[in-house]
Amino acid sequence: MERQEPTGLAVISLRVNGEPTDVAFDPYKTLLEVLREDLNLPGTKHGCELGECGACAVLVDGTPTLSCLLLGLECDGREVVTVEGLMEDGRLHPLQEAFADLGAAQCGYCTPGLLVTAKALLDRNPTPTGDQIREALAGNICRCTGYQQIVEAVQAAATDCAEHKATDYTEHEATDYTEHEAADYTEHEATDCTQHEATDCTEHEATDCTDYTEKK
Amino acid sequence: MTRPTMRVVGFPRRRVDGRAKVTGQTVFADDLVLPRMLYARLLRSTVPHARIRSLDASKAEAHPGVHLVLTGKDLPIPYGILPVSQDEHALCPDKVRFVGDPVALVVARDELIATEALELITVEYEPLKTFADPEESLAHPEPRIHDYGDAGNVHKKVALSFGDVEEGFREADHVFDDLFFYQGNTHLPLEQHAAVAAIDGDGKLVLWSSTQTPHYVHRALAKALEMPAAHIRVIATPNGGGFGGKSDPFNHEVAIAKAALVLKRPIKIALTREEVFLCHRGRHPVLMRFRTGVKNDGTITGVHLQTLLDGGAYGSYGVASTFYTGALQTVTYHIPRYRFDGCRVFTNKPPCGPKRGHGTPQSRFGQEIQLDRIGERLAIDPADLRLRIVERPDTLTANYLRVSTIGLAECIRRVVKTSDWKNRFRKLERGRGLGLACSSYLSGAGLPIYWNDMPHSAVQLKLDRSGGVTAFCGATEIGQGSDDVLVGCVAEVFGIEPFDIRAVTGDTDLTPVDLGSYSSRVTLMMGNAAIQAAERARDVLADAVGRKLGVPKGRLVFADRRVFDSEDPARGVTFAEAVCAAEAMFGAVGSTGSYTPPPSAAKYKGGGVGPSPTYSYTAAVIEVEVDESTGWVNVPRVWIAHDIGRALNPTLVRGQVEGSVYMGLGEALMEEQVFRRLPKRLSNAVVHKFPSMLEYKSPTFLDMPEIFTELVENPDPHGPFGAKEVGQGPLLPIMPALANAVYDAVGVRIDEVPITPEKIVKALADKAAGRPPRYGPSRFPDVDWPEPLQVPPPWEGGTGRAATAQPAETPR
Repeated sequence: MERQEPTGLAVISLRVNGEPTDVAFDPYKTLLEVLREDLNLPGTKHGCELGECGACAVLVDGTPTLSCLLLGLECDGREVVTVEGLMEDGRLHPLQEAFADLGAAQCGYCTPGLLVTAKALLDRNPTPTGDQIREALAGNICRCTGYQQIVEAVQAAATDCAEHKATDYTEHEATDYTEHEAADYTEHEATDCTQHEATDCTEHEATDCTDYTEKK
Repeated sequence: MTRPTMRVVGFPRRRVDGRAKVTGQTVFADDLVLPRMLYARLLRSTVPHARIRSLDASKAEAHPGVHLVLTGKDLPIPYGILPVSQDEHALCPDKVRFVGDPVALVVARDELIATEALELITVEYEPLKTFADPEESLAHPEPRIHDYGDAGNVHKKVALSFGDVEEGFREADHVFDDLFFYQGNTHLPLEQHAAVAAIDGDGKLVLWSSTQTPHYVHRALAKALEMPAAHIRVIATPNGGGFGGKSDPFNHEVAIAKAALVLKRPIKIALTREEVFLCHRGRHPVLMRFRTGVKNDGTITGVHLQTLLDGGAYGSYGVASTFYTGALQTVTYHIPRYRFDGCRVFTNKPPCGPKRGHGTPQSRFGQEIQLDRIGERLAIDPADLRLRIVERPDTLTANYLRVSTIGLAECIRRVVKTSDWKNRFRKLERGRGLGLACSSYLSGAGLPIYWNDMPHSAVQLKLDRSGGVTAFCGATEIGQGSDDVLVGCVAEVFGIEPFDIRAVTGDTDLTPVDLGSYSSRVTLMMGNAAIQAAERARDVLADAVGRKLGVPKGRLVFADRRVFDSEDPARGVTFAEAVCAAEAMFGAVGSTGSYTPPPSAAKYKGGGVGPSPTYSYTAAVIEVEVDESTGWVNVPRVWIAHDIGRALNPTLVRGQVEGSVYMGLGEALMEEQVFRRLPKRLSNAVVHKFPSMLEYKSPTFLDMPEIFTELVENPDPHGPFGAKEVGQGPLLPIMPALANAVYDAVGVRIDEVPITPEKIVKALADKAAGRPPRYGPSRFPDVDWPEPLQVPPPWEGGTGRAATAQPAETPR
């Protein structure tokens, strides 16, 4: 015996990760629930559902917003960006690269909220200081990292932003795989990633460590 | 076979699951959606201690959209993580023991309907006397919270004596006698526990859950559901943080599994944040008394430690936690005579269990503050004092723990240097101070939770003709990087890239058993199993390639995705060709590896808790600024050095160290799981004071100091490539180092955590009034301790066994 359907679903039109989207949902739902349950975008997380932890942060018209405190109904005509919308042209956003390389994501549960919040920061301030980064991210709780590697990742993404965008992937492709005859499996992708990871990582960490020693 | 220098191990690398985590692709338990899935909620007790007189779910069952209501009678078989405390029911059948104890499960079309239906269930409770703290439980044996345990409401009492500690005190120039209290706190993983249960196409039960211990959940489900374990599959989804809080089999897991069996439909449950606070299994509140005898030169002549643990309402890991409060004191400093008495009592609060450091941070807090006092009294710098008494490597301690390498002295020297300790300790202006503390932690529990003589971790490898490798292991990724350790070890042995390897982990159908992500055991145990499996497969490949190329096996090198002749590097084959050659010669290429810890020297009853293949060591210095008018503590800098043996992936190791500092500062300064009694007219219940993330304070970006991490690398013979643990040890020195720094800053001793502004202000006021400048417990309640088990230490001719007869088991 099923309960009768609610009398009416709400329908709104919005842009989600750049795509025009119409969505129908139970009108009491928060944006968080609409994203996760009605738009098949589970990348955005929930940690408290009371606006306390920052895990559910998304960008609404470019502003970091706690999606657990915003009704879906309030999002008609707005532009929403979630973690799923950070990649551009099939490439990770510099923040994603830096988070992955520098240990800024451990369990990864706070990561989507942190990434979009950091993106909003870099969009309005491409060269933030450490204190500005900490201030901007202070509403996002992370229980794993101790935050330091996150701050370093945002700094790295900020300073490497131009460099990352200019990265010429052909160079990576050329280097390693010549002996690997496996032309049939995604040579391009494999090369890309491993090489990219290796180089990036070493560079970041090296810079990192120097900074570190200097600080001391 | 010769191997060139390391190519993967030791280099900072993007973790293998890093990309998924930054793209939002990691699938956590609550991200799973299955066709025809229903949603469940638990009805939890509103009273702290009561018999269930009646439960009427008929209105809930009739509520539109509700598919099933389960109650205690549907799940009569008890379970529990430890064999000695099988005291939990998925749904309480006849009695509730804390506010939050589950009594019914509602399964409905959606979460909202399930929540509505919870309110339609009426439960009639017959209230029983409630116990809010250990003293109440000690004073009143009746009514018993459980009908088992050592006496009344005492769950467990232990007493161990390693040599005559009173004789040690007689030899001492000074005997220090101090009390400390460590308040309970909780893990607060950002991901709330969630699980999905379903009946697979073949009719077997599957449970996906955010658990750190799928193997133990597997066993608990088989028991509670009275089903063969072979017909149950448990898949640990990546945990959004665990910290020990997802290590027990939980009510919701068992209850939805039962519901899936009844309804033959997938069922999801996602706990609310409040429910996560109620699941708890966090840090035990512990009252401690430390008596320590020392010579004028700082040499310890004996230590007598007594601990009283507030266990909450169930056993959980509590018996182990009790032993852990007394297990590791001897591993850091040489203690020739040691006595330990521990007592855990039941109270009507959410059960305590294992949180990062499991049972050891509390007594570490006491011991390290007391050493600070000892140093002051003897006029020995606290760093020098510790350097004098550090335990020697390759030693058997008084309580028969075998320590292997010890990097503690080096850790101390590093933080002394980096913090400029010698020029700053006791020399900073009033209001600023430095504190130092040390610690040690196990790299994996030497014994399994249930008695068996099988390996603790196993790895299976499948080598594909493409050159791709799949590594299977039951280990659970909780954010610590276990998948990365698995892949890194295999890549290193095979000379291939981590990206060539797929990790399949935490799945009881697909992966060989690993006992779980607890006790800092995974890197060491899984790592060794992975190396063994990879070396076995590499041997097969070398046989094949050696034959194919006519090169002696011993000359072959595995590197750069190739297998080649070390004397003629151009002569070789690709790794993929090596697999094909081996498959052609010997058939399908796969291998297994496994790891069993070395046998323990502790043969006495209770010696099962504490042994480990090797121990990690940490030293930390913390700088504080204390505002004397408000008591506010600011922490600008932390210097920490950790003896890691070898850092497999330094980026992740640093993350574990800094994450430990973070969690330690939270415990030291603000985090506390506290309860209050409602007024009599409102049931007099013992309730959680603030089960929300807003009011349960935890450090934010703005609260964190700069952390200067040093890794001390001295490869340990027991570790994979020499690695030791790092997930828990670095948390341990933080709380006492902070307390010692506060003393250096303003001259008051805060002998309990959290060290809140209120306590500092009170201690400062006492100091100003000429009273002892201290905030902390003033008495240790009477406990009827049993006669201690006498175990002569190794240097008194002991064998690791008790000299006296083992006391009879308490009847259960």
